[in-house]
Amino acid sequence: MSVLMAVTAGVLCATGTYLVLGRQLSRVIIGIAMLGHGVNVLLVLSGGDGGDPVLVGEDVTDFADPLPQALVLTAIVITFGVISFLLALAYRSWVVTADDEVEDDVEDRRIAREAEHLLDDRGDEGAER
Amino acid sequence: MRPRRSLILDTTLRLVFDAALVLSVYLLFAGHNQPGGGFVGGLVAGGALGLRYLAGGLDEVRATLPGRPWHYLSAGLLVAVGMALRSLVGGGAPLDQTAYTGDLLVIGTAKLTTATIFDVGVYLIVVGLVLLIFEGLGEHPSESPVPEEHGS
Amino acid sequence: MNLLLAGPVVLPLLGAALCIGAGRSRNAQRVIAVLTLTAVAVLSAVLLLRVDDEGTVAVQVGGWEAPVGITLVADRLAAIMLVLAVLMLLAVLVYAIGQPGAEEDHVGFHPVYLVLAAGVALAFLTGDLFNLFVAFEVLLMASYVLLTLGGRADQVRSGMTYVVISLLASALFLAALAFVYAATGTLNLADLSEKVAALPTGVRTGLALLLIVVFGIKSAIFPLFFWLPDSYPTAPSPVTAVFAGLLTKVGVYALLRSQTLLFPPDTRPGTLLLVVAALTMVVGVLGAVTQDDIKRILSFHIVSQIGYMVMGLGLFTVAGLAGAVIYIIHHIVVKTTLFLVAGLVEQRTGTGKLAELTGLRRLEPVLAVLFLLPALSLAGIPPFSGFVAKLALVEAGMGAEAYVVVAVSLAVSLLTLFSMSKIWSNTFWGPGPGTDSGRTLTAPRRALMVGSTGGLVALSLAIAVAAGPLYALSERAAADLMDTRGYVEEVLGR
Repeated sequence: MSVLMAVTAGVLCATGTYLVLGRQLSRVIIGIAMLGHGVNVLLVLSGGDGGDPVLVGEDVTDFADPLPQALVLTAIVITFGVISFLLALAYRSWVVTADDEVEDDVEDRRIAREAEHLLDDRGDEGAER
Repeated sequence: MRPRRSLILDTTLRLVFDAALVLSVYLLFAGHNQPGGGFVGGLVAGGALGLRYLAGGLDEVRATLPGRPWHYLSAGLLVAVGMALRSLVGGGAPLDQTAYTGDLLVIGTAKLTTATIFDVGVYLIVVGLVLLIFEGLGEHPSESPVPEEHGS
Repeated sequence: MNLLLAGPVVLPLLGAALCIGAGRSRNAQRVIAVLTLTAVAVLSAVLLLRVDDEGTVAVQVGGWEAPVGITLVADRLAAIMLVLAVLMLLAVLVYAIGQPGAEEDHVGFHPVYLVLAAGVALAFLTGDLFNLFVAFEVLLMASYVLLTLGGRADQVRSGMTYVVISLLASALFLAALAFVYAATGTLNLADLSEKVAALPTGVRTGLALLLIVVFGIKSAIFPLFFWLPDSYPTAPSPVTAVFAGLLTKVGVYALLRSQTLLFPPDTRPGTLLLVVAALTMVVGVLGAVTQDDIKRILSFHIVSQIGYMVMGLGLFTVAGLAGAVIYIIHHIVVKTTLFLVAGLVEQRTGTGKLAELTGLRRLEPVLAVLFLLPALSLAGIPPFSGFVAKLALVEAGMGAEAYVVVAVSLAVSLLTLFSMSKIWSNTFWGPGPGTDSGRTLTAPRRALMVGSTGGLVALSLAIAVAAGPLYALSERAAADLMDTRGYVEEVLGR
């Protein structure tokens, strides 16, 4: 059971990471959501083996650790809120740019351009020789 | 131009809406000892309002409830924070619990804890947020948004 | 006592509720927000005096005893951070009210700003690792909204970077929480500090490193800083000032707290932190030197300055931590001031690009002074607060025989002075009558903006004047950090 959960967490995190590395905002958001789920599964797993529900009955001895469940519930609500904010932001991005791609970093582009100039200059010098 | 209303959705809404609200209040109070609580109750109420929004747009949601969304948000936050302040002013730990037991004549004895009042605050906050979302989404769900001009 | 500890968290939320209720009446919102933050400032000042007098204090939320319940706890470090944070938030709020733009145009500014204040206060006061996560989420959620207020294209782009990076950090934090809980069965910081010591060395080191990565992203240390200079400059000036002065410092606080309280001396990654500190200083300042926009230069300087704080932590001596604490005190005030001045410059000239600015001292002599004082302080020129803070760190470094990092920190100071003088000579000095967009402010607005900036400058001068007592206070705070018994006993009620 535990191994199954661990593998689930791993697969979710791996898929999430892969998607986050993409250039499309929609994929990034799905990736973030999957990553969040993966970590939540991990959190459930941290409570150890499962057991009986805590609140039912009086004479339960082998009950599950309730704390991770409470933590996960909080984490899920937070993830839910942030994901909806991200979706709103992505929508806004689409409204202002009509595009779903993550834009290039301005600074990055500048450095790349300057590097190209540098290479071009060297190329010219080589041609003159 | 007003979008056409769906007959099936309208009829279902009439059947479901009140029941969903009652269920949400049940969940709110059941939350003390059983599955449920302010958040879940608020979401169910929000779902019911969402159905309203789908059927008739923003006007119908506005007509359903008195006040504006931020009133609910503000009231909910006030109730929740008030519960924290109540115990602080009394010199106790923040958010500690007190239970009031009262005899409600016909219905029987009822117990009200401050945790439940806190949950009422959460319920109101969730409802307020759902209403705010509808305000943000616009007049009617069938209107499709268009990107701004880019002058390309 | 309970009110002192819970007030800084609860009152801003109350203020936020009232602000939402006040709806579209901006004046009512302003009064509520300013009053709330003033009240919180008074509460936290009293708390600091009390804590400095009586030692660490703790309160159990809901009356549930630790480690079962949620604990709010204040030691000297937390109280110092809280006082500074609230004073700074108050000054920036006054500035924002004066500035045309963000605050005026958005109904949500005041409530969100107060929620940010509540989140920051909770982050400083919480005694529980999961609650720290929640506090981070609260303040980050508020910061996402503040960063993207207005929704311009560049804001959305940089906001996206910021949100995604923060979310990845949060996911890592949650994973770290899961590991900590699986290993020890508790998340209460005081309880953890006893239980972590019993873990195998490998597990302890792993947890320590994971937490460094998590808080390292939030506090923008090398190599996890890249998001910061990209996202901060696009926000409205007051918002950038709050982020620059406060948010990364919350990360540094979490770093200080977790590394000193949770891990016993033999697993503390001192050398690693010193290397990271040196690299953070150097890379940050080199980035700043190549920039040509005031806000971007200042943003890179944040990164560089974080290096100094991490250096103090990496030494793991009382003197080093005291240096880090007084550096944080100095940095919060000075950095915020500089960003506020940058905002004023942009307001007057319509641009922040150094190439387009010149001779502003003729138009705005007051601004020139308001910039010069904190800029010199940032570079560590005596007799300003930066000098005191850097001196403390350098002495601590010499004391711990960490000569390389001391040499690096001194060299970085020179480069800091260089890039500050670059801003100065391009913006305020230079030929010509001064760049002017013709946009002048009305007198009351100007009074609010310049007044709040001036207040912070005065505060930074006061830090330099009161350096002796402040350093003594930092030393006491650092001693608390190194000797965790007082903290643990107070929280666990022994």
